[in-house]
Amino acid sequence: MIKNISNLGDAALYCDFGTEVNKEINTKVIQYFKSIQQENIDGINNLTPSYNKLIISFDLRKKNFKTLKKLIENLEVINQDKLVSNKIKIPVCCHEKFALDIKRLEEKLKISRDKIYEKFFSKEFFCYMTGFIAGMPFLGDLDHELRVKRLETPRVKVPKGSVGLTEQFANVYTFESPGGWNIIGNTPRIIFDNSKESEPNLINPGDTIIFEQMTQDQYKDYNE
Amino acid sequence: MSKNYFEIKRAGINTTFQDQGRNNLYHIGIPFSGAMDNRNFQISNKLVGNDLNSPTIEFAYQGPLLKYFGDNINFAISGDVKFMVQKKNKVIEGNCYQSFTLENGDEIDIVTTNKSVYGYLAVSGQLDLNYQWSSCSINTKANIGANNGKKIEDGKKIYISKINKNLNDKKLNYINTKIENIRVIQGTNFDYFSDEGKNIFFEREFTVSKLTDRMGMRLEGPKIENIVDTNIKSEGLIKGVIQVPADGNPIIMLSDHGTIGGYPKIGVVISADYDKLVQLTPGSKIKFKKVELADAEVLFKLYDLETQNLISQI
Repeated sequence: MIKNISNLGDAALYCDFGTEVNKEINTKVIQYFKSIQQENIDGINNLTPSYNKLIISFDLRKKNFKTLKKLIENLEVINQDKLVSNKIKIPVCCHEKFALDIKRLEEKLKISRDKIYEKFFSKEFFCYMTGFIAGMPFLGDLDHELRVKRLETPRVKVPKGSVGLTEQFANVYTFESPGGWNIIGNTPRIIFDNSKESEPNLINPGDTIIFEQMTQDQYKDYNE
Repeated sequence: MSKNYFEIKRAGINTTFQDQGRNNLYHIGIPFSGAMDNRNFQISNKLVGNDLNSPTIEFAYQGPLLKYFGDNINFAISGDVKFMVQKKNKVIEGNCYQSFTLENGDEIDIVTTNKSVYGYLAVSGQLDLNYQWSSCSINTKANIGANNGKKIEDGKKIYISKINKNLNDKKLNYINTKIENIRVIQGTNFDYFSDEGKNIFFEREFTVSKLTDRMGMRLEGPKIENIVDTNIKSEGLIKGVIQVPADGNPIIMLSDHGTIGGYPKIGVVISADYDKLVQLTPGSKIKFKKVELADAEVLFKLYDLETQNLISQI
């Protein structure tokens, strides 16, 4: 299922599953990711699944590219239907003070904000990967009519909890961070909790996400 | 609380607690972190008789000014560092790679790193720190690790327990060498760049910019032209990856890097050169030299042997 394995530097395998971004290819990446995790191979020190690539980094004292490549090529992959997937609801308040880029989107997309929110909230999203900053989920796919590029000049600080759009994806800023996604609202739900060592991420690759609109009062009174 | 502690009279510019870092968390967005210069980190621990991966105080440029209270303890500093030890009625100019004994009321003043970035302070005991995912390494971006994931601050205390009572003096004859040539393996998007861009990358000189920290090192110099696409679909990164964004200036990923990136990868710094790379100060000139995977593997083995050899001399 892996199209090609090459080396990324001297201490990582670069597993290429294709160039497209879709659920089918990403599911294969996740299958490999979970299978390798389960195998607990000595010397592997990190796995990074993304849309269509999987990077396996290793301790050069214990493994090298050739031996690890062989191991991965001969790996028995767990069945697709054994992958655990959760359905998670994320409440979002779209009050003007949170929806930093809604005016920009109205202008760029040439549709009203009501229509933008209607399309956004009627969709189920799939989590392709998490990362960049801790716990940030990359969710797809957005309705074709909602696809825009990143801000020309990224913000220095995007508030924590901001829900953003770009191209075919949506995400949630798990920390205050620099960023260039188009912000349409804010969630009070904690997406990354670093006090939980075993499962700090609320959302994991393969999960289904449903965004639900909430009022400002509900946002204020929100309690998990 | 332990009765032995440092009072932080001056925190320094970028002072954190670091150990060997944390593994197997890239997939949730948490980088490796850990001591930037692993060789010097391990040497500092050996000089005070600690386990090689015990937590140390890592500082950059100007380090901390620490006043010690408690039973006698040894400390050692590794790197290329100017520091003073203030005793009751005398000031001693400190030497790196040598242990010193601290008595109640003594002060360590880490003035500056010389023509390098990072230095390490280890003490013969255990720093009382919070661990997250089996590491105390501070990642200020995600607020993970000891001290709630924040740099150390003025006025706070650093407690030390399990002091090693056996205070043998230890010393290592070692001088940090600097490198100007950074060896790299071609990256997975090498073909995104024009022939001229590739030549520039391997033949011209680049300057380390001021926008350099534990996350990444930005370089300035001749622009590297991209002829395919200045973005790729976001994918994983590792330490040492050299990305080239649309502006044509390379950025090298360092230990606290974002785990995912969307810029083409022109190369990856070989593991053997990482410790030396991170010590390059802003303004330093560097050149990239191409090596093949098999050579990089041998070079790392040699580097690792050299490190083990140094440690065994202590």
